[in-house]
Amino acid sequence: MSRKALALMGAGVALTLAVTGCGSTSDVSDSGSGASAQVAFGDQICGKGGSDKPGYQNTIKALPGAADKLSGAGSTFVAPIMSVWTKDYASTGKVEVAYQSIGSGGGVKQISEGTVDFGASDTPMKDEELAKAKGGEILHIPLTLGAVVPAYNVKGLSSGLKFDGETLGKIFAGKITKWNDPAIKELNSGVDLPDEPIAVAHRSDGSGTTAVWTDYLTKESPTWKSTLGEGKSAGKEVAWPVGIGGKGNEGVSGVVNQTEGSIGYVELAYALAQNMKYGQVKNKAGKFVQPCVATISKGTDGVQYPADLRTSLTDGPDADAYPITGTTYALVYAKQADAAKGAALVNFLAWALTTGQDAASQVDYAPLGKDLQQLAFGQLKKITVNGAAVS
Amino acid sequence: MTEHRSASRGESSLLRRSRWRSGDAAFQVGVSAVGWLIIAILVGTAVFLIGESWSSLRHFGPLSFLTSTRWAPSEATSTQTDPNPYGIAQFVYGSLLTSMIAMLIAVPVSVMVALYITDMAPMWLRRPLSYLVDLLAAIPSVVYGFWGIFALIPAIRPVGQFLADTLGTAPVIGPLFAGPFFGVSYFTAGVILAIMVLPIITAICREVFAVAPIQEKEAAFALGATRWEMLRMAVLPRSRAGIIGASLLGLGRAIGETIAVTMVIGNNVLAISKSILGQGATMPSVIANEFTEANQPFHLQSLFVVALWLLILALIVNTVGKVVVRRVGKDIA
Repeated sequence: MSRKALALMGAGVALTLAVTGCGSTSDVSDSGSGASAQVAFGDQICGKGGSDKPGYQNTIKALPGAADKLSGAGSTFVAPIMSVWTKDYASTGKVEVAYQSIGSGGGVKQISEGTVDFGASDTPMKDEELAKAKGGEILHIPLTLGAVVPAYNVKGLSSGLKFDGETLGKIFAGKITKWNDPAIKELNSGVDLPDEPIAVAHRSDGSGTTAVWTDYLTKESPTWKSTLGEGKSAGKEVAWPVGIGGKGNEGVSGVVNQTEGSIGYVELAYALAQNMKYGQVKNKAGKFVQPCVATISKGTDGVQYPADLRTSLTDGPDADAYPITGTTYALVYAKQADAAKGAALVNFLAWALTTGQDAASQVDYAPLGKDLQQLAFGQLKKITVNGAAVS
Repeated sequence: MTEHRSASRGESSLLRRSRWRSGDAAFQVGVSAVGWLIIAILVGTAVFLIGESWSSLRHFGPLSFLTSTRWAPSEATSTQTDPNPYGIAQFVYGSLLTSMIAMLIAVPVSVMVALYITDMAPMWLRRPLSYLVDLLAAIPSVVYGFWGIFALIPAIRPVGQFLADTLGTAPVIGPLFAGPFFGVSYFTAGVILAIMVLPIITAICREVFAVAPIQEKEAAFALGATRWEMLRMAVLPRSRAGIIGASLLGLGRAIGETIAVTMVIGNNVLAISKSILGQGATMPSVIANEFTEANQPFHLQSLFVVALWLLILALIVNTVGKVVVRRVGKDIA
């Protein structure tokens, strides 16, 4: 055998070693087989089906003369469901939608400058951002719902640990530092909590997930609010008093999976895909609720919305609502000057809000609740294409 | 072709020169254009960075970035100037600390590996071994990061715990090793960086050791030197400048490395944690983390400030390195 061949063989061995070195991550891609397969804790509505495929009717007539290409950019949160949508829509609607998941901030920037047909953001645009938009009024159209869940890695603890807002707030503010703290014990009588330090994990990059999480903490935890300071306790980035930063949902789940005694927050889809242990959270009605498609959809029932839908969806009033729920907004200009593009955009969004909602639970997102779906549809009808209203 | 081959090297290059005079001119223009292009790119980058960061530098003052260790974009407003919410001293500390840990591990190991390859290993192993070391450089850094999280961290947890339990309680140096060790840390980042720069340093050291004069080596042996004494007398002293030069190239790589570090350093941007077992951030890691969602007032511009200081830091390291190499080189001559 020549030396070269030997060297090549050696190279192969080294590569195999490198690859198997991260073998433990290989189950990341095969995401859970849909949240409906989740096991429910106790008498929860999870896993009992029903609202997974709402079958909303599309009442907007397809506009003729539509372009066959659309471009969108923004939220990474919505990217998994968007990739399902664009694939399905390319085969049924014959329109190719190119979506770049560059982050919500990037989505806001691009739609403001008019370089894409629609943007997508996990947080509503601020007034000063709306004022800078080059194409006039921007509409916020909710697309799908997701949940942010407290995920932890503590020896001997399985999923279902109970938390309330103030306890989570104190943990993330660094005021509760041990797993057997009386506050956690009180919520979980009968659970054997270890005398171990808590390692807090959070996002290091600006993120819609962080915005939803901190928005909930701000509403429910006075300790969190006072520690971070008025007006600084919620947003895509906050000044975390304690903890380890991980980049992206996968960064946080990596830290949690690798660190004994840790707690972090990730989207439900990530927690399920990575077999992480996650907790139940007490909602406004005082009930401990497990996150799943059914409870997330309930999360938006009974919420009072402003006319432009720019509001936070956390802490819904329904008895079965999972309280840490968020949405991604499609950002579109109310006045569509280009008739072909405008028609294609309206057709696509109308499809996404109806047929598209049935696909959400495949990838562990929740379809919009009935109330919110109707309101989103109402926003869509405000679009005018070349001066003509959509009917 | 046969004539060509039979001609000595000098003649053939002479031949070629006369035949390709116009080619020569084109070559001359080509290489100088590329040379100047490099200069233009470097200067252009610097000008661009200054331009992009200018509004932030003017708003907060250029030095206020270096005197604060608190990076809190969420506290920035468009009017407030003092205190500067974009302190970057902790990132400078993080970059220097992780690179230093990497150098402390990588330089001795690389020198030993290179010596083994050039002078100690059995002949049949030398080529494959150098290929394998070179191959380490071909692994993408994001793979190193992944590997770091899922393989290295579990493996070095006992080491970190041991350091925290022993050195962490020692006087004077205690704070440098204070626990608890959660896995992600400066230390972990340093170890990853060490593995990443090892092939660079080893490759150059290998070349340097290989050109040590054979006569001197044989003379050492003839005087009854052992292999170790031979290496110490005939190879290492002549190679000092080369080793330092190699280390500097590695250091440059370590300071600039981004993704692998971001994945294992813990990304604490709010303060300097002095312990090497604590979490921090480096200058590239904060840029990678935040630029996609940099929506706060002066946020993006301040990330450009970080980039600017990173460029300056790299220039300083390189300049110091060049001076040291020249100095050491002179000593030998």
